[in-house]
Amino acid sequence: MQINGIQIDDTFAEAFNMRGTRVIITAQNHKWAYHAANAMTGFATSVIGCGVEAGIEREMTADETPDGRPGVSILMFAMGSKVLMQQLETRMGQCILTCPTAAAFAGIISEDMISLGKHLRYFGDGFQTSKLIAGKRYWRIPVMDGEFLTEETTGMVRAIGGGNFLILATSQPAALAAAEAAIEAMKTLPNVIMPFPGGVVRSGSKVGSKYKTMFASTNDAFCPTLKGITNSELSPEIESVMEIVIDGLTFEDIAKSMKTGIEAICKLGAGSGVKRISAGNYGGKLGPHLFKLHDILKGSAA
Amino acid sequence: MSALTFTLKTALLHSINCSALTPDNLAGKSAAEIAAIELVKGRNQLLAGDIFDISGTDTQELCFRNATAKLDYIGAGMSTGSITIEGDAGAGLGYGMKHGNIHCKGNAAAFAACSMRGGLLTIGGNSGDFLGAGTEGSRKGMLGGTVIVKGNAGDRAGDQMRRGLILIEGNAGDYCASRMIAGTIGVLGKTGIYTAFNMHRGTLLLQHQPELHATICDCGTHTLPFLNLLFKSFRQYDTKFSSLDQNRVQRFAGDTACNGNGEILVLQPQA
Repeated sequence: MQINGIQIDDTFAEAFNMRGTRVIITAQNHKWAYHAANAMTGFATSVIGCGVEAGIEREMTADETPDGRPGVSILMFAMGSKVLMQQLETRMGQCILTCPTAAAFAGIISEDMISLGKHLRYFGDGFQTSKLIAGKRYWRIPVMDGEFLTEETTGMVRAIGGGNFLILATSQPAALAAAEAAIEAMKTLPNVIMPFPGGVVRSGSKVGSKYKTMFASTNDAFCPTLKGITNSELSPEIESVMEIVIDGLTFEDIAKSMKTGIEAICKLGAGSGVKRISAGNYGGKLGPHLFKLHDILKGSAA
Repeated sequence: MSALTFTLKTALLHSINCSALTPDNLAGKSAAEIAAIELVKGRNQLLAGDIFDISGTDTQELCFRNATAKLDYIGAGMSTGSITIEGDAGAGLGYGMKHGNIHCKGNAAAFAACSMRGGLLTIGGNSGDFLGAGTEGSRKGMLGGTVIVKGNAGDRAGDQMRRGLILIEGNAGDYCASRMIAGTIGVLGKTGIYTAFNMHRGTLLLQHQPELHATICDCGTHTLPFLNLLFKSFRQYDTKFSSLDQNRVQRFAGDTACNGNGEILVLQPQA
């Protein structure tokens, strides 16, 4: 398949089941809401080393948030419910409780509600106050700037992580510019995050390593400097590869996001230096969800 | 279907316990069966049909007409449907109600919303003492639901209240929020003496500065973000509280006489 001179490989991205949650963070203004959200979603690029993958989903206006203040919604994903709960509590305590004027609210409702501020309340040392308002329980914890307000729980849902595609270009700047264009388009969509720095990852990995202690290592087949000495996937003109990884609440959300991103790149045309779009997979044996690039772009992925 | 209507035939000399006349109890009953419900037992037995003219068929929507303060326990324990009271209601209006809607257009006597667990009770006039309190011997008052009083409330409103919302548009009597355990009470009018006496937890939201006893402590004036949520939740109700939007309050805490952590929030002009 070719779009605007860019080749789309007949391959697929392989994704895994995850657990996800959404938290709405509000503050006095967007500046402080972003400070809180950036801290909470910091060091959350990959479950391999961070426990969770998290990112800002979108900015929210004051009339969209529960407490009528400016806010942002964040999504957080983990491989299991236990890790997600533990990471959420830790990050709430260190990043939201500590951030001036910030408050946190449930961004999703589910059968399995998990602790958002339920345990954090003990920071109040007996001065904490619970309020049940319109059927939802909130905690007010006295802090030095006034009161920290948090909802007691948020929802936890089944989600999918690891949707991805690779951008193969003739130069590093070309690959990065294309990745940036894709991210700008993908950021407008709900229910997905691209957890890596700026949404882009340059160190795509394969499963396993020659070293016993490593369970993931560099994806040598896509490393341009190894073209001559490894079983490379790259043609001679490719000098740089960037990957965009997507975590989302449903298969459809990720498929739509991948389609939007790839189409944004294809709009740039082959003249931009992008030659191919591919995807990372493990032969289809590890992840239950396969995002076939051709099907996604035809709009027939399911 | 029209509302099942109970029109009081004559003025009563003694109080009648109307707790049997709820949508739950009347569901599926024929007109004859409803008229045969025993409301007063003993030698001077009185049936519903003796006391009321009964018309209408919809057992989920009840109406009491010519109602007076002699009709006690209207809507007691109800968990579905709605009751409209055209006139006054006696003691124990909505006692232990779990769900549904009661609208009393006149005044309600003492112990309205007593031990209430859920639903909405609106009193168009005044309410008597012990609004939203507990029953005799109970250590917990109202356990949930919403009460709106358009007029004034008597003494001990919210006594030992455990959960829920009481909104009083007029004045409240003495000992408002006494022994309160949790929940929220709002008063737009004035409050009597010993407000928040032995208050443990919970929130008392006032429009006017109360006269407070020594063990309620001033914590200063603050802008509290949670009030935005509270005010937003008021907007679903037909009440003057739905127009509140200033989240700047003077906060008093106590009652320290019982190591209490309750709060009295007095609304202040926006800074």
